[in-house]
Amino acid sequence: MSAPSVQRAGPTEAPPARALPPVAQVAVLSMALVIVGGIYMAAHIPAHAALGLPIGLLVAAGVLVLANVAQLARLRQFAWPTFWLVGKWALVAYLVITGMLEYIFVLDGTRGSTLVVMTVMLAIFAVDVPVLLAFSVARYQPIEQRR
Amino acid sequence: MTEVISSARPAGVPEGAGPGGQALAAPPLQIVPLAGIPLVVLALVGLVVTLALNKLWGLEFFHVVGGALWTGIDLFLGFIIGPVLGRMSIPARVEFSKRFMPKMVLLMPTLVIITMTGGWQLARHVGNLSAANPNHAWIVASFVVVGVMAIVALGILEPANLAVLFELRKPVPNGALIGKLMKRFIYTAGVTGAMQVATLLIMTHLAAS
Repeated sequence: MSAPSVQRAGPTEAPPARALPPVAQVAVLSMALVIVGGIYMAAHIPAHAALGLPIGLLVAAGVLVLANVAQLARLRQFAWPTFWLVGKWALVAYLVITGMLEYIFVLDGTRGSTLVVMTVMLAIFAVDVPVLLAFSVARYQPIEQRR
Repeated sequence: MTEVISSARPAGVPEGAGPGGQALAAPPLQIVPLAGIPLVVLALVGLVVTLALNKLWGLEFFHVVGGALWTGIDLFLGFIIGPVLGRMSIPARVEFSKRFMPKMVLLMPTLVIITMTGGWQLARHVGNLSAANPNHAWIVASFVVVGVMAIVALGILEPANLAVLFELRKPVPNGALIGKLMKRFIYTAGVTGAMQVATLLIMTHLAAS
């Protein structure tokens, strides 16, 4: 999605550097892995795809999600209220989106292990995007103590 | 949800009043425009019904209308509106963005989901999903294009878009931060444009074959 550029709206000093873990980068990598796996699976449907590659990608993506959870759990000085506010509404939105995709696969007769792998991929996608959005917003908000 | 859409104002400044007590020209910033949600729900319900009915006309409608708007908006913003705004004054850019970007938060994901799901079902309906179909390679190419656009949009642009909107809600937005985040749109415009042109080539080929 493209959008117009907006530059200086107020003070021009750079935002203070904050040492935060690479949550956004890890989430993007995890999302990219499930997207690659999803493309591989979708390219074979309605036939049964060999599941070795997508399961490998899925496991790697799952490990990255867990790594992100661990990174976030260690954060103390962070805008947690903003993180949860953005995260919960983004999660609702992406549950609707992934729900639509799941619906179409089920409607088309995808079943068995193929459906399971696709479902877990969609679940990881539905978690990755809200985490990414929430973290990207909260990192620039005033730091608050964790509740 | 009200927390999401409430507008920040400086402490001590009454709502709707500027520093001198005059009415503020700027509207309150809504991150998610609530008025648009019924339209999104309507579009999604229409899509679910269309998918369940599996009629060619309905599938064509959602895929073509959604895809045309998605591609058209992307290219128009990236290559027409963006450069025009780049030459406008900074306050004008900010005012435009405060009104425009929240609408994109609802519009673009809706267009993407109706285009993708409508397109998937359409491809199944006309037999393009089968590996034996001569169009199958083109369909797979379209998956790759959508995958690249998803990574760029969700991984790079949407986080920046939301972060900018939250920054613009602050009484004194950090201009340097907004400028830094918005550079992502400039850096990725070429990739997005190339993917959208590839989409046009693939889809017109599929429609012609």
